[in-house]
Amino acid sequence: MPKDINEVVGRREDARFLTGTGRYTDDITQHNQAAAVFARSPIANGIIRKIDVSAAEAMPGVLAIFTGEDFTEVGGNPAGWMINSRDGSPMHEPKRPVLAHGKVRHVGDAYAAVIAETPEQAQDAMEAIDADFEELPAIVDMAAALSGDDYVHDEIGTNQCFDWGWIEDNRAATDAAIQGAHHVTTLELVNNRLVPNAMEPRCSMASYHPATEEYVLHTTSQNPHLTRLLISAFVLGIPENKLTVIAPDVGGGFGSKIYHYGEEALVLAAAKKLGRPVKWTADRTEAFLTDAHGRDHVTKIELALDAEGNFLAFRTETMANVGAYLSNFSTATPTFLHGTLMAGNYTVPNVYVNVKAVFTNTAPVDAYRGAGRPEATYSIERVIDKAARELGMDPITLRRQNFVKPDQYPFASAAGLEYDSGNYDALMDRMEEIADLGGFTARRAASEAKGMWRGLGINAYIEACGIAPSNLVGVLGSRVGLYDAATVRVNATGNLSVMVGAHSHGQGHETAFPDIVADMLGINAASIDIVHGDTSKIPFGMGTYGSRSLAVCGSAVVRATEKIIVKAKKIAAHMLEASDLDIELKDGVFSVAGTNSSVSFGEVALKAYIPHDFPITEIEPGLEETAFYDPANFTYPSGAYCCEVEVDPETGKVSVERFTAVDDFGNVINPMIVTGQVHGGLGQGIGQALLEHTTYDENGQLLSASYMDYTMPRADDLPFFHVDHSQGTPCTHNPLGVKGCGEAGAIGSPPTVVNAVIDALNSGGKPVTHLDMPLTPHRVWSAMQTV
Amino acid sequence: MYAFELERPGSVADAVAALGGEAQPLGGGQTLIPTLKARLAMPEKLVSLTGIAEMKGISSEGGGLRIGGATCHADVASGTLASYPALAGLAAQIGDPAVRNRGTIGGSVANNDPSACYPAAALASGATIITSTREVAADEFFRGMFDTALEDGEIITGVRFPVPQRASYQKFAQPASRFALVGVFVAQFAEGVRVAVTGASGDGVFRWAEAEAALSSNFAPEALDGVTADASGMISDLHGSAAYRAHLTAVLTRRAVSQAH
Repeated sequence: MPKDINEVVGRREDARFLTGTGRYTDDITQHNQAAAVFARSPIANGIIRKIDVSAAEAMPGVLAIFTGEDFTEVGGNPAGWMINSRDGSPMHEPKRPVLAHGKVRHVGDAYAAVIAETPEQAQDAMEAIDADFEELPAIVDMAAALSGDDYVHDEIGTNQCFDWGWIEDNRAATDAAIQGAHHVTTLELVNNRLVPNAMEPRCSMASYHPATEEYVLHTTSQNPHLTRLLISAFVLGIPENKLTVIAPDVGGGFGSKIYHYGEEALVLAAAKKLGRPVKWTADRTEAFLTDAHGRDHVTKIELALDAEGNFLAFRTETMANVGAYLSNFSTATPTFLHGTLMAGNYTVPNVYVNVKAVFTNTAPVDAYRGAGRPEATYSIERVIDKAARELGMDPITLRRQNFVKPDQYPFASAAGLEYDSGNYDALMDRMEEIADLGGFTARRAASEAKGMWRGLGINAYIEACGIAPSNLVGVLGSRVGLYDAATVRVNATGNLSVMVGAHSHGQGHETAFPDIVADMLGINAASIDIVHGDTSKIPFGMGTYGSRSLAVCGSAVVRATEKIIVKAKKIAAHMLEASDLDIELKDGVFSVAGTNSSVSFGEVALKAYIPHDFPITEIEPGLEETAFYDPANFTYPSGAYCCEVEVDPETGKVSVERFTAVDDFGNVINPMIVTGQVHGGLGQGIGQALLEHTTYDENGQLLSASYMDYTMPRADDLPFFHVDHSQGTPCTHNPLGVKGCGEAGAIGSPPTVVNAVIDALNSGGKPVTHLDMPLTPHRVWSAMQTV
Repeated sequence: MYAFELERPGSVADAVAALGGEAQPLGGGQTLIPTLKARLAMPEKLVSLTGIAEMKGISSEGGGLRIGGATCHADVASGTLASYPALAGLAAQIGDPAVRNRGTIGGSVANNDPSACYPAAALASGATIITSTREVAADEFFRGMFDTALEDGEIITGVRFPVPQRASYQKFAQPASRFALVGVFVAQFAEGVRVAVTGASGDGVFRWAEAEAALSSNFAPEALDGVTADASGMISDLHGSAAYRAHLTAVLTRRAVSQAH
């Protein structure tokens, strides 16, 4: 573990981001570039009767028009995880074509693309396409989708993608535990659908070079190698060695830019057909309609307890909306990223999870910041809170009583994971201290004196991060491995380029990763640069999601740097005429143990590239090493959160007054970046809890399709955050001891806020037991009128 | 956005002359420009009103205020702080700084968005809308959602506000757009109290007669006890039912009375 790297430094990348000099895909303009615009379905469900492009083709500047007919011979965009139903049958996996063919299945489903000299000409021509649809009833509600006779995909004859049980063998024991329990608390809830809303809309630009048959795709991606793999192996069949995928600066992803989208395949095909670069840039409406959405679960959860308040079982039944098509990780999110976390932080002996994934005529749903784990945490922590209220128990006491204790690690949870480290009581202790829970009664009285109801919300969470390891995810159905890779290149003049598989689009890798290498080598981090986002420059990489960058890719950086040290010691030994076993590296200087004979890191680097006197049979020239790192387990960040809200009894408006987040991220490399990641996650989690409301009407029209109706959290919606990560218990299986911090805030905060609002309403004499998110003023006020 | 011609006249007379045929006036563009970007309108020509000096600024006139139609919200917010603080407070809450430095009072009043703030101020103040051809009382001007007494080619050159003895505007923001989910402007004059409500009604801004009657005899929150707004005809949408809007109307009116100064 590197030491002394906890100093706060500014982020390197901010110099360009804050001065408007970042370089995003849409900033790149190529010679002779043409523009693509997509014709998108105005209806949720319909048969394509006709697409007449003759008038559009005659419009000024039009170069080509594509429809679904042009892609019938190529593959579909696949699901990355194969899920088997409880009866052993494989999930239904309908083809997701580049452009809709035969049917359109959601509003925004692209059925044609126009390539023209300018975006305006392409848009004019797009409007001249004469398309005729036979509109069919929209399938929007999941329960209706499962019981009805209309199908999103007629060829599979059902809207149920799979019916998954976890762990099926535990079902009978869980049922029996609930049957015989002293008390069972039942809660039905909705985990509301969210639109990711990255600041930068998706953008893809392709070029093709006929002489070499090489393609270059610039695109807004969190994982360019994965995008290349999907395009090569599944969709277009372009050989991987002929396709370079570059994700330059990317303005936020939150999961939505993990996935391969049809627009990427379209611009590649168009670039080849026209022999010209082709660019498509989404507008904000397209982002709302077609970026993979998040969450959208409907769940019934039961918690069984004995007379002393010990948890006996959690049982959940969930319907998970996957939308109109399976996005790449849409089948993993409600299953292995959700069901495996359904034991929470608790020693509960029985857990059973049933998830039915449901096709609907809505935008595809996939992993969004937290991805399955917010859904698990929300269900668990809401039902615990309800149980505490029913039993008249203190919500902190009830949780502590059931926590996994520090001496129980490694702990095999009833949901099938092995937690490696943690200390949930220490987190709760620290939270209680920082949040000043002793002062709550006085603060509540002060709120009441001004006519407001004050509530206190408590939450504990655990998540599985560092998404890997390959052997485990392979057993669980993943069609890819989930390792990562790094190359450390020491240049002749002693500076370093570190090529990493993790893509940075807000995570600060360019600042954090050099610190790891600098600390190991004892050199100045300023002489180290990170290279990422270009498949032609980096060895390989599975990208950035699931809070995995530092735990997985950072560990690959450590492993590659260790190899560098081994080789550098050989070179130093040669230079110092000693055995490499006697060489010590300290503060950037290689010395022979017990002597004052030494060479600097810079001298070794230069020697590596000017090897005039090398024993060439023993040492190769150069100083560059690559490592692939595949961890032994997930990492398990955890936390204790607390929130105080005020509810205005007259209007139902909720304001978050105080928020405390105490997280165990293991070791922390850059505290400032970690704090920033928590702030962002809290913003999104509070947004889900109070503001963000994705609404389709019964016709499958997205009513909340702009910022006039979809509420993004703004600074004045959020309180000052008290963030603490002093109680870390290092991960036991990666070399950095780190766990991952990107999603924690979004996982831990929604139930914290909702628990606080329920508490406030009860304090005001309104015995509300549950409210579905978002807790808009109207919803809260309506609940007050009905109890 | 479709292509269009743009004219930027320097006088009201030139603007009126330019507004023939399919031309459309362009104020601060805070509604029209997004509409054009979404290709929801296709004007052949836009006539910008923001370069007309005689339409800008705030002056005292006959015991009240005259605000030029092309005066942006930020200038109203700063320029009426002493003379009409309730109006200044309203202007300071519109949109964000970018919107407030572009959007104009004339544009807002002419558009008569059912959730806009200025129509409530104009109606509650008993303002007069001054156009290129005439003067129209606010009571006659606002005719319904996005509907006003303006004729084609007629430009709002200014708005004349009587200044009440006491007034307050209370806005409950729609969470996403931060337009008024409901906004209530209460103004007390020697002759009586005027209460205008925006955001709530499907017919746009309206005067709440029952509240006016109650407050004219006793300008105190208690005067509104038992006075309820009628939910019929009120807007019901993602952000609030008609009943919620009716409830907020009463809550905000009460708050406006207690905070009027």
